[in-house]
Amino acid sequence: MTALPASTERALGLVIDLDTCVGCHACVVACKEWNSGSSPAGPLSDTDAYGARPSGTFLNRVHTFEAVPADGRQPRVVHFPKSCLHCADAPCVTVCPTGASLKRERDGIVLVNEDDCIGCGLCAWACPYGARELDPVAGTMKKCTLCEDRIDNLALPEEDRIPACVRTCPAGARHFGDLADPESAVSRLVAERGGIDLMPEQQTRPTNKYLPPRSRDVDVLAPLLEPLPEEAGGFLGWLDRTLARL
Amino acid sequence: MRLATEFRSIRHDSMREPDVPDTAPEIRRTTCYMCACRCGIDVHVAENRVHHIEGNRAHPVNRGVLCAKGSAGVMQHLSPARLRAPLRRTGPRGSGEFREISWEEALGIAVNWLEPIREQHPERLAFFTGRDQSQALTGWWAQQFGTLNYAAHGGFCSVNMAAAGIYTMGGAFWEFGAPDWERTRLLILFGVAEDHDSNPLKIGLGKLKARGARVISVNPIRTGYSAIADQWIGITPGTDGLLILSLVHLLLTSGKIDLAYLMRFTNAAWLVDQDPASPGFGSFLRDSEGRELAWDPARHRAVPAADVARPALSGGFNVGPTHVKPVFALMAEAYLDPALAPEAVAPACGIEPEVIHRLAAELADTAFNHPITLDRPWTDHCGKRHETMVGRPVAMHAMRGIAAHSNGFQTCRALHLLQLILGTVETPGGFRFEPPYPKPVSAHPKPHHKVTPGYPLDGPQLGYPRGPEDLAIDADGRPKRIDHAFSWEAPLSAHGMMHMVIANAARGDPYPIDVLFLYMANMAWNSSMNTAQTIGMLTATDATGVYLIPKIIVADSYSSEMVAYADLVLPDTTYLERHDCISLLDRPISEPDAAIDAIRWPVIEPERPGAEGVRGFQSVLLDLGVRLKLPGMVDANGKAIYRDYADYMVRHQRRPGVGPLMGWRGEDGTGTGRGAPNPKQLARYIEAGGFHIAHVPEEAAFFKPWNRAYQDWAVKIGIYDTPQPYLFQLYVEPLARFQAAALGHGPHQPPDALRERLARAMAPLPVWYPPLSDTDTDTYPIHAITQRPAAMYHSWGSQNAWLRQIHGENPLYIPGALWESLGFEPGDFARVVSPHAEIRVPVARMDALNPATVWTWNAIGKRPGAWSLAPDAPEATRGFLLNHLIPETLPTGLSNSDPVTGQAAWYDLRVRIERIPAEARSAPAFPSEMSPVPRAPKLVKFRAG
Amino acid sequence: MHPAPSIIAFTTLSGIGFGLIIWLGLGAAPDATHLYALILCLLAAGLVCAGLLASLLHLGQPTRFLKAFSQWRTSWLSREAALAMTTLVVFALYAALWVTGTRFLPLGLFAALLAFKTVFATAMIYAQMRSVPRWRSVLTPVIFLLFALTGGALFAGVRGPTPWLLGALGLLQIVAWLWGDRALARSGTTLATATGLGEMGRPRLLEPPHTGQNYLLKEMVFVVGRRHAARLRVIGLVLAVVIPLALILPTEGRLAVWIAADVHALGALVLRWLFFAQAEHVVGLYYGKR
Ligand SMILES: Nc1nc2c(c(=O)[nH]1)N[C@H]1C(S)=C(S)[C@@H](COP(=O)(O)OP(=O)(O)OC[C@H]3O[C@@H](n4cnc5c(=O)[nH]c(N)nc54)[C@H](O)[C@@H]3O)O[C@H]1N2
Ligand SMILES: Nc1nc2c(c(=O)[nH]1)N[C@H]1C(S)=C(S)[C@@H](COP(=O)(O)OP(=O)(O)OC[C@H]3O[C@@H](n4cnc5c(=O)[nH]c(N)nc54)[C@H](O)[C@@H]3O)O[C@H]1N2
Ligand code: SF4
Ligand code: SF4
Ligand code: SF4
Ligand code: SF4
Ligand code: SF4
Ligand SMILES: [Mo]
Repeated sequence: MTALPASTERALGLVIDLDTCVGCHACVVACKEWNSGSSPAGPLSDTDAYGARPSGTFLNRVHTFEAVPADGRQPRVVHFPKSCLHCADAPCVTVCPTGASLKRERDGIVLVNEDDCIGCGLCAWACPYGARELDPVAGTMKKCTLCEDRIDNLALPEEDRIPACVRTCPAGARHFGDLADPESAVSRLVAERGGIDLMPEQQTRPTNKYLPPRSRDVDVLAPLLEPLPEEAGGFLGWLDRTLARL
Repeated sequence: MRLATEFRSIRHDSMREPDVPDTAPEIRRTTCYMCACRCGIDVHVAENRVHHIEGNRAHPVNRGVLCAKGSAGVMQHLSPARLRAPLRRTGPRGSGEFREISWEEALGIAVNWLEPIREQHPERLAFFTGRDQSQALTGWWAQQFGTLNYAAHGGFCSVNMAAAGIYTMGGAFWEFGAPDWERTRLLILFGVAEDHDSNPLKIGLGKLKARGARVISVNPIRTGYSAIADQWIGITPGTDGLLILSLVHLLLTSGKIDLAYLMRFTNAAWLVDQDPASPGFGSFLRDSEGRELAWDPARHRAVPAADVARPALSGGFNVGPTHVKPVFALMAEAYLDPALAPEAVAPACGIEPEVIHRLAAELADTAFNHPITLDRPWTDHCGKRHETMVGRPVAMHAMRGIAAHSNGFQTCRALHLLQLILGTVETPGGFRFEPPYPKPVSAHPKPHHKVTPGYPLDGPQLGYPRGPEDLAIDADGRPKRIDHAFSWEAPLSAHGMMHMVIANAARGDPYPIDVLFLYMANMAWNSSMNTAQTIGMLTATDATGVYLIPKIIVADSYSSEMVAYADLVLPDTTYLERHDCISLLDRPISEPDAAIDAIRWPVIEPERPGAEGVRGFQSVLLDLGVRLKLPGMVDANGKAIYRDYADYMVRHQRRPGVGPLMGWRGEDGTGTGRGAPNPKQLARYIEAGGFHIAHVPEEAAFFKPWNRAYQDWAVKIGIYDTPQPYLFQLYVEPLARFQAAALGHGPHQPPDALRERLARAMAPLPVWYPPLSDTDTDTYPIHAITQRPAAMYHSWGSQNAWLRQIHGENPLYIPGALWESLGFEPGDFARVVSPHAEIRVPVARMDALNPATVWTWNAIGKRPGAWSLAPDAPEATRGFLLNHLIPETLPTGLSNSDPVTGQAAWYDLRVRIERIPAEARSAPAFPSEMSPVPRAPKLVKFRAG
Repeated sequence: MHPAPSIIAFTTLSGIGFGLIIWLGLGAAPDATHLYALILCLLAAGLVCAGLLASLLHLGQPTRFLKAFSQWRTSWLSREAALAMTTLVVFALYAALWVTGTRFLPLGLFAALLAFKTVFATAMIYAQMRSVPRWRSVLTPVIFLLFALTGGALFAGVRGPTPWLLGALGLLQIVAWLWGDRALARSGTTLATATGLGEMGRPRLLEPPHTGQNYLLKEMVFVVGRRHAARLRVIGLVLAVVIPLALILPTEGRLAVWIAADVHALGALVLRWLFFAQAEHVVGLYYGKR
C-alpha cells in the first residue's frame, strides 16, 4: 500500500560514518553481488557490460567530494556512500500508482514489490537521493531492501543477519540497527557523533543517518620540542647524563 | 544447510515464491586472489556455479570482510576474457592472432624450446614472474633448470621497502609487519594507498578511528586512507627522506630518543673503523672470533659489544692503529647537522617548517609521555627475565610512496631509523613483525649465479649480498644476469629487476636470450616502463627477420595485453579453479600474533566448453619439469615425483620435515611446521577453512628478535633451525663495504663511472639525495605519480563487468592552483610531456593535492581489443597509462632505478603540462588487437542457479 | 529530467484531448453537423487514447498497467489513470448521444469536469515533486490546464476565449520560466545540504561513484545548454502562442483556426520538451551537475 504508516514499530536503517569511510567501494560491490546472485531481488543487470557504454543497476554507490575550507584549514576529501535512506515520509511510496512501493509497518523498511511494479519510474523521480534505479532488463524498480532477505532470514547464521554492505565494510564505517530505539547502538552513535539527515529541507525524514567527519587539524597539545640547552653541554652533555641514569 | 535464497520476502500481503535452485549451495572456503592480500572467502557454490562470495569470518586476515574486488570475484571468474586453450601465435606478435592447440602440442613446443637451452646455456631462459605467489615453486624450478635469470616482481614493486627493512631490522613493512592496531595511539602512514595488506589496514584504521587514536598521512595526495587521516601532510614526492631526517634531527637536538632501547636492541654502540687507510674502512671492529666490539669507557678498551652494559656512544677511539667511532657518534655527527633543520628542508618538502616541528613534538609526546606497559613477563635471548613489556605507542607504515623512488632505499632506511630512535619497533603500541619475520640478513641466502649447462644452479638466484664479493658479475665486473641485478648498477637488488628484462634482452646486454618465459605479469603494458617502446622491443627483429627476443612463453589466465605478444600461451585457471599454496617459505599471510599459511583449492571445476581447457600453471610447470627431467621433479627412472601441484604442496620437503605447508604435518597430522608429509593435509586445510594458524605464545608476542620464547617457538615451527637473535642495524655494514669499494678499498672495484653514485647511495647511515632523474627540474617542474584504486587490481580488474563501471577511465588530477593558472576548464585535455615522451589525456581538478604534483589511477588504460573489451571501450579511448612517460633507462644508460636495490623509480617522473582543448581520445592511441577469446556478451544478468 | 518522447507525447496529446473534451462537454461547436461532431469526438478520444498508449511505452512492465488504477487514494498517477478512464467512458456516452443527435449537456458538463480533473491530476504528478524544484509550483497545474484549455479551444473552434487563453498561457509560461530558473536555488537544496558537508567548506564532486553510465544519470540528469534552451523557449512561444494568435485574431476562417491549432500543438510539444529537459532533479547535485 502506498499510504505511509503513521508510525512503524521499529525504524531499521544504516548509520554511515563519514569519518571512517575510506571510499573502497566494498559495500557497493557486496550489495550488487548479494542482490544479484543470491537475493530474490536479483538479478541486477549490466548492459553493454564489456562495451563502450557500460551501465548497470546498483543499489548503493559511493561518491567522493572535496571541500576547501575558507579559513585556510586543510582541504578535505570525503567518501560518501549512498543507498536508500528508508525515509519516514518517503515520497517514493506515496507517488506509486500500483502499491508496489511500500513502507513496512513493522520495521520501516521501504521496499518495492516487484510483482506489482509496472516500471513507471515515478518513485525514482520522487526520491531526492537517487536511491532507486529502474532495471532495464527486469523492467521493474530496484532499490536497497536493507537486505530484508538477510536480516530476517532464519536460514542465515545469526551473526550474518545484517545487510551485506555492513557485513563487508572493511573499515567498519557502516552500522545497522533500530533508530527508533534510543538505546540501540546506532542511536547512541548518532547522538554522540551528531548524526545528520541528508537534505532535511526535502522533508523526507530519512531513517539512515550520516556521522559527519570529525573536526581535524587539532593542534597537538604537546609543546614544541626545546633544543637541549647549550650551557649544559648540549647534546653530548645530555647523552652523558642520560647514560649515567640508565 | 538451508538456503539463503529460500527466504520469503514479505513485501506484500501475498508472498512471492522465491527462486529456489535445484541444489542447495554449499559453502566452500578458500583464499581470495583478486589481489595479493589473500583474504579468506566463503564461496557459495551449487552445481559448479558460484552464487556469491563472502568473507570468511574465522579468517585471521580479513575477519569476514571483503573489499570491492573480493566481492566482484564472481565476475572475474566468469570473465569473457578467460583463456580457453593453449595458444600458438599465427599472426605477427601483438596482432592477437592465435590458433588454439592441445596441451600435448603446447608442452611439446615448450620442451623443444627449452631442452636444448638447458643443455647448452641455461641462462638463455629468462623466467620472470609477476603477481606470482608461488615463488617457492617457480624459483626452485628455475634453479633446477639451471638458469640464473629468474626473479619475481619485487624489483619493480617495493624491493626498496623489503631490502631496507631486512638489512636494517630483519623485517619490513609491505605485508611482513603491521602496526600494533590494538594499542597504538599515533599512526603515521608514509605513501600508502592500498598496499598488499588492504583489508587488514582498513580494519586497523577502523579500529583506530573507533578508539580515537590519531592517524597522520604523509602523501602528496589526499584520498583513501589519507582522506580519513586526522592530519594530512601533502609532501612533495621524493622528499620524505628529508622530512624524516629532519624529524630525527629535532628528536636528537631535543634529546627525545630512547637511548636504552638503542643500546639494548641496536648496533648503536658498535665501533666502526674510521681509518681511511685501513682495509676495513667503514666496517665494524671485530675481535678474532668475529664478535663486534664496543668501547667500554670503564676499562678504556674495545670489548665484545655483548659484554658491556654501558658502552660509549660518543667520541672516537684508537684501537691499535685504527681510529674507531661508535655508530651512535656517527649518527650524531650526521643528524645534528643544521642542514636538516625544518627551516632548511621545508621548502624542498613543500610543507611549512611548523608542520615538521609539530610532528616531532607529537612523536616525542606520544612516545615518551604515554608509554605502554603490559604486565607480561618475558625472557630475553641472554636469559634475562623482564617483568613487563614496555612500548611506545607510535606506529608507522609505509609503502611505495617512499619505496618507488630512486632514493627510496635510503628513505625507507631513514624511516626505520626514526622508528628505532623512538624505540617503537617490536614493542607494544609500535610496529610488529609477522612470522617468518623477524629474520636477520644472516638467515637469508646470498644470490647464486653459477650456471652449469645441464645442471641446476648452485643455489637460489635471489638473496642478500653481504659485500662486493657476493655480486653476480663476471671477472670484468659486468653483470651476469640479464636484468643486471646484483651488479654494480644495483648491488642489493634482492628481488631482481624484472623491469629491465625486456630492454636488456632486446639489446643483448649482457647476452641475448632465447626464451622469455613470463608468468602472471603484464609486461607489455602496465608493468613496463616506457610501454610504447617496450612493445617495440617485443616486436623488433634482427636483419634476418627473427625477433630480437626469439621466443616468448606467457602463462596467463586472461586475454591480457601481454598475451598478444606471446608465441606460446599456457592458459591458467582462475583462482577458484586450482590449487595454490600461500606458504611460509614464500609470502605467507601471517599476522603479528600468528604464523599463518593457506591454500587455494578448486572450489569450481574449470569448464571451458568447446575448447581444450585450462590447467593450473603450477601443475603445468611441474609437468614441464618432468618432461625436461629436472632434478627433484623426476626420480631415478625419470618418473614424475609429484602427480601435480597439490601433490607437491603436500609431499615436497625443503628441509627434512619442512615443506610448503606448515599445518597438520606428520603422519598423524599433529605437527605444526615440522613433520613428515601428511597425505590428508589438504583435506585438513579445506576442513579448517583453507588456512592454518599457529599462534605466537603471549610471552613471545613482542621483542621477537631478542625474545627467547619467540626464538624457541620459531625453531619449533620450523621457521629456522636454531635461534637467530640479532640486533637492529642502524649502521648497515654491507652498505659500508660497498661504499668503501667505491672509495677504492678492497679487491672488488666498481667501474669508475659508478664510483661517485655508489659512494653516495651506499651510505651506511641513512641519507637523502634528490631522485636521480631530477636533472632538468626547470623544464619539468611537475611531479607525476599514480595510485592504486581500491576497487581495481592493476590491469586485471578491467575485465570485471562490475568493477569497470566504477573505474572505466581515469583523468589526470591537477592541483587547484595549477588548474587555475593554466586556465583549465572541466572537459579539457592536457598535454603532458616528460623528457622522454608525451601523452594527451583528460583532466580533472583536485585541491587536496600537493601543488607541484599531478596524478592518476594506476593501470586503468587498456589496449584496444585486450581483455575482451570492445575496442572502443572507455578504458581504451579515454583511459591512459603514465607508463608511457617513464623511461626505463636514465640518460646515463643505467636503469631508472634505485642505485642500491634496482627498484624501479616509477614515482620519480617529472613532467610539464599544457592545457589543450578536449580531444576525441587520449593519446598515444594503440592499434586494436584481435581478441584470442570469443566476443564478450552485451548483457550481464548475473544470477546463480 | 530526461525528456522522454513517450511522456512528452502523452502529456501533450492527452492534454489537448482532454481540453477538447472540456470544451465539447461545455457545449462548444453548437452547430456542428453529425459528421463534424463525430470528427471532433473521435479527435478528442483519439488524442487521449494515443497519449495513453504512448505512456504505456514508457512503462517497464506495460502488461501490468491495470495495477496502476489501484492507488487513487495516495498516488496522483493512479488518480490520473482512474480519472482518465472515467472521463473517457463518460465522454464516450456523451459523444454517442451527441453524434446520434441528443446533446445531453449535464453529461457533457460531467465529462468536462472529469477531464479538467484528469489534467490537473497529470500536472500534480509533477507539481508534487519536491525533488524537482522547478515543477513544484502552482504554476505547473495552471499551465497544464491552460495548455489543455487552449489546445482544446483551438481544436474545438471556440472563438471568444481563445485569444485570451493564448495570451494567458504565454504570459504565465514566461512567469513560470522566470520563477523556475531560480527554483532550485530557492528550494534550499544544495550539495551542502545533500551531503551535510557544508561545515567543511563548499563541497564539490571530486569523483563520481561510477565512470560508467547509470539509470539516474540517464533519467534525472539531463543537461540542456543555456543558449539552446533560450532559443527553444522563443521557438516554443512563437509556435504555441504568437503564430496562433496572429492566425486567429484577424480572421474567422476555419482553415486558419485549424492551422493555428496544429501550430499550437507543435509549440506545445516543444514547450513540454523544455518542461522536462529544463527541470533539474536534486539528485544531479550528487553528480556535480545541476
Ligand atoms: N605507472 C605505474 N606503473 C606500475 C606501477 C605504478 O605504481 N605506476 N606499479 C608497478 C607494480 S608495484 C607492480 S607489482 C606491477 C604490476 O604489474 P603486473 O605484475 O603486470 O600486474 P597485472 O597487471 O595484475 O598483471 C598480471 C597478469 O596476470 C594475469 N593473471 C591474473 N590472474 C591470473 C592467474 O590466476 N593466473 C595467471 N597465470 N595469470 C593471471 C593477468 O591477466 C595479467 O596479465 O605494475 C607496476 N607498474
Ligand atoms: N586495490 C589494489 N590493491 C593493490 C594493488 C592494486 O593494483 N589494487 N596492487 C598491489 C601492489 S602490486 C602493490 S606494490 C601495493 C602498493 O601499495 P601502495 O604503495 O599503497 O600503492 P601505490 O598506489 O603505489 O601508492 C603509493 C602512495 O604513495 C603516494 N606517493 C607517491 N609518491 C610519494 C612520495 O614521494 N612520498 C609520499 N609520502 N607518498 C608518495 C601516492 O600518492 C600513493 O598514495 O598495492 C597492492 N594492492
Ligand atoms: S565499504 Fe565501508 S569504507 Fe568502503 S566505501 Fe563502503 S562504507 Fe566506505
Ligand atoms: S531514500 Fe528515496 S527511495 Fe529511499 S525511502 Fe527515501 S525517498 Fe524513498
Ligand atoms: S516504478 Fe514501480 S514501484 Fe515505482 S512508482 Fe512505478 S510502479 Fe511504483
Ligand atoms: S542494505 Fe543491502 S540492499 Fe541496502 S545497500 Fe546495503 S547491501 Fe545493498
Ligand atoms: S583485499 Fe580484497 S581482493 Fe584482496 S584478497 Fe582481500 S578480499 Fe580479495
Ligand atoms: Mo607491486
